[in-house]
Amino acid sequence: MEVAWLRNRLERLGSTVTSQIWRLGYASRFLAYLVVHSGTAARRFRLTVAEVYFAGVLSLVIILVSGLFVGMVLALQGYETLQRFGASESLGVLVALSLVRELGPVVAGLLFASRAGSAITAEIGLMKATEQISAMEMMAVDPIARVVAPRFWGGVISMPLLAALFSAAGIFGGYLVGVQLIGVDAGAFWSQMQAAVDLRNDILNGVIKSVVFGVAVTWISVFEGYDAVPTAEGVSRATTRTVVTSSLAILALDFVLTALMFTGGNH
Amino acid sequence: MQQAPIVEIKNVSFGYDPARPVLRDINLAIARGAVVGIMGQSGCGKTTLLRIIMGAYLPSQGSARVLGQATRELDGAGLYAMRRKMGMLFQFGALFTDMSVYENVAFPLREHARLPADLEHDLVMLKLQAVGLRGAAHLMPTELSGGMARRVALARSIALDPHLILYDEPFTGLDPISFGVIVRLIRSLNDSLGATSVIVTHDVQEALDVVDYVYFMAAGRVIAQGTPDEIRASPEPFVNQFVNGKPDGPVPFHYPAPAYAADLELARA
Repeated sequence: MEVAWLRNRLERLGSTVTSQIWRLGYASRFLAYLVVHSGTAARRFRLTVAEVYFAGVLSLVIILVSGLFVGMVLALQGYETLQRFGASESLGVLVALSLVRELGPVVAGLLFASRAGSAITAEIGLMKATEQISAMEMMAVDPIARVVAPRFWGGVISMPLLAALFSAAGIFGGYLVGVQLIGVDAGAFWSQMQAAVDLRNDILNGVIKSVVFGVAVTWISVFEGYDAVPTAEGVSRATTRTVVTSSLAILALDFVLTALMFTGGNH
Repeated sequence: MQQAPIVEIKNVSFGYDPARPVLRDINLAIARGAVVGIMGQSGCGKTTLLRIIMGAYLPSQGSARVLGQATRELDGAGLYAMRRKMGMLFQFGALFTDMSVYENVAFPLREHARLPADLEHDLVMLKLQAVGLRGAAHLMPTELSGGMARRVALARSIALDPHLILYDEPFTGLDPISFGVIVRLIRSLNDSLGATSVIVTHDVQEALDVVDYVYFMAAGRVIAQGTPDEIRASPEPFVNQFVNGKPDGPVPFHYPAPAYAADLELARA
């Protein structure tokens, strides 16, 4: 009895693992096909620009507002701690480094996944459910080249820009609270920030992170949409999976990238 | 002179799962210029047959020749080349919801032909005029009624002047007026374009008025075929039940179930 129960459990675990690996392989082939068939997205760049608008420009409000608030909270919390050590002039450094290295790419990525990624999945999934994808195939138009690739590249282009804007808004928020509200010296705030933030070690690494997150989130979004079961329930599940998988992917990738970039004693 | 049929299905069997074939030994030949109906109950395999004709599935056995080519021998590019000569009307139209009526009809032209803007405009207007919706060119698909959406989709499917037009349940969910409009359009477009049409439907009475020839399917087989008059007069009990919409006959009213008394637990009482 016990043995049968255990075997049953093991079998289920095994089948879950193999099906997940199979799915990852399928998603990788999908990505490879998508990249190879990106000619249309490049040649008719207007298609991609339209997606930059949908994924990027329409996400601006949430990104800027969130960035502003994150920066303001960072300044409040940071000042509280720094002034205990008499280092409140370093507030600018703390805010800028936290945002550029870490919070900018990660929080912007999470917001991007829930704002734009879910929208991409839902749109492609619904196009599939309403036979628009099949109709395209019947008109001898490859839907991956025409529908999926522009959305993918639109997302990949948007994400680093959004992360940069998030960080910029955050630094401005930190300035508002730190300098305008609390009264940290403006000169110290900016000059220490300029001196401490390194173009290659901090900013470039932050940009690399945001590019990686952009590829991951958009890849997951278009794949989940294209692979969705073409029913209302299937699309809703796919959208949920996009947000959950993207968020976990961002956090896991962030750990790996941080470990690679910032250990090794840069400073 | 006898021309080769535009669609020729020979001894085709097909199953998603080999143990449960959806189509069994289907034979049909569709002549150029004809409007042909494929009729039968839901789930009898008609849509699968349509997918075999459009090359979305390959037959497990037998051969399908469409527009003079065996679908089995086509690669991806060949299949797309063949589909450029085909138009397909989906059950609910499948219009692109992010494009206007005009852009929907222009879509196949823009994807496959680099036309000057004024020529493209003329062609789109011509197609929309043919379905009576030139005035709706600027509307979005969400602003259309079901019947209008179906007509726009029809205009889109004939944008490239196809040799073969496929209709998947074109009458589903239409009011009587739209229904009549679509029925007449199918016939008139077929004749004016010199195309061939295949209609998959279970709206038998209305479809019988417009088609030249009918294949009747049940459980994955063609069980009867002939002209509309022959089908109406068919002695085959299933066809008779279907054409006249009788609730009981070879297709039972009741889904197979254990004895009624047992389900109500009358035996115990």
